[in-house]
Amino acid sequence: MTRDAEITEQTRWMLAVRDQRDRAAFARLFDHFAPRLKGVAIRSGMAPAQAEDVVQEVMLTVWRKAQLFDPERAQVSAWIYQISRNRQIDVIRKERRPVPEELKQPDAPQEDAAQMVALDQEVQKLRAALSSLKPAQRDIVEKAYLGELSHSEIHAQTGLPLGTIKSRIRLGMEKLRQDLKARGLS
Amino acid sequence: MTDITHHIPDRLLAAYAAGHLEHGFAMVVAAHVSMCDSCRAQLGAHEALGGAVLDGSAAEGLSEDLKLRVLDMLDAPAPPEPPRFSRSGIYPGPVMQTLSGRPVKWSALGMGVRQSILHRDRQSSVRLLYIPPGMAVPDHGHNGLELTLVLQGAFHDETGRFGIGDVECADDDLEHTPIAEEGDPCICLAATDAALRFSAVVPRLLQPLFRI
Repeated sequence: MTRDAEITEQTRWMLAVRDQRDRAAFARLFDHFAPRLKGVAIRSGMAPAQAEDVVQEVMLTVWRKAQLFDPERAQVSAWIYQISRNRQIDVIRKERRPVPEELKQPDAPQEDAAQMVALDQEVQKLRAALSSLKPAQRDIVEKAYLGELSHSEIHAQTGLPLGTIKSRIRLGMEKLRQDLKARGLS
Repeated sequence: MTDITHHIPDRLLAAYAAGHLEHGFAMVVAAHVSMCDSCRAQLGAHEALGGAVLDGSAAEGLSEDLKLRVLDMLDAPAPPEPPRFSRSGIYPGPVMQTLSGRPVKWSALGMGVRQSILHRDRQSSVRLLYIPPGMAVPDHGHNGLELTLVLQGAFHDETGRFGIGDVECADDDLEHTPIAEEGDPCICLAATDAALRFSAVVPRLLQPLFRI
């Protein structure tokens, strides 16, 4: 089992962008995510031109901040989602959203394919669970995560399996810390 | 930081991930996540779900030249990043960021209690509070949500004990009296979505004065 056979296409593209500055891989990510990012921005009430400005900024951030992508802690879609939420808030509220301090990243990360694949698989299960929700339930989840519900409106448990993903991400964080420690960087 | 026992409620982490949390609360969440691996991982899980929603959302047609324009910009120098401030002493990164790396400017509230308002807008406000050991924060209720993160020392109130990294999440029906424990002065990062109202008459009169 080679690593390439198991990790998802999106992750491979993103790693190529990060490690080889691969423009073709970036173009693939653009083709997939840019139209969706635009759809989400329009859904939040932006005019098409402003939505495309956000798309442009998000995709450029994906290219410029690629070294922060850590496939042991986040899938490509989760990482781009986070960038897009930050960007959208900065544009709408004209202020910078407070963000957590970044965990320190080694300059040359040694990724553990097993951890990457395991996280990918958990996210696949989450997607399957999401698509098996009844339309009304699914609609609520979409509204919540696209920023259409306030914190007081988000209350019902979705029943989606976030616990296993949380454990996976924690393993990724612990590995990162050990990695830094082993190199005397922490 | 392994002994954090009071975490950010899950619905607030979800709202933060979605970008639908008022600025003041977002700062407390970002500060707590900077100190708490458990909530950082849980936030990552919410972002995984957000990513799945994004991935499955409807595509919108793009202007013809958008892709070429973006590809052309890949080699252009990135615009200068605003400086990033990381943790300094007891203050986590997001607090240092809003202070732009400068020291806290305290103002006295009486009885040794001090505050420093970091941000306020129509939806929320967030401030640092300094409470001398053994001192009670004046009895207060609030009109909505109040999130209080301990950065130094500890306090306890009717609901429990809160040490460094712990967050108390109080909603409008909780009238509580946090008392700072003996030892170090208690320093907290506190966000509210409405002006605090103090129960005692005199502090309430002082409220407009001190912008609590």
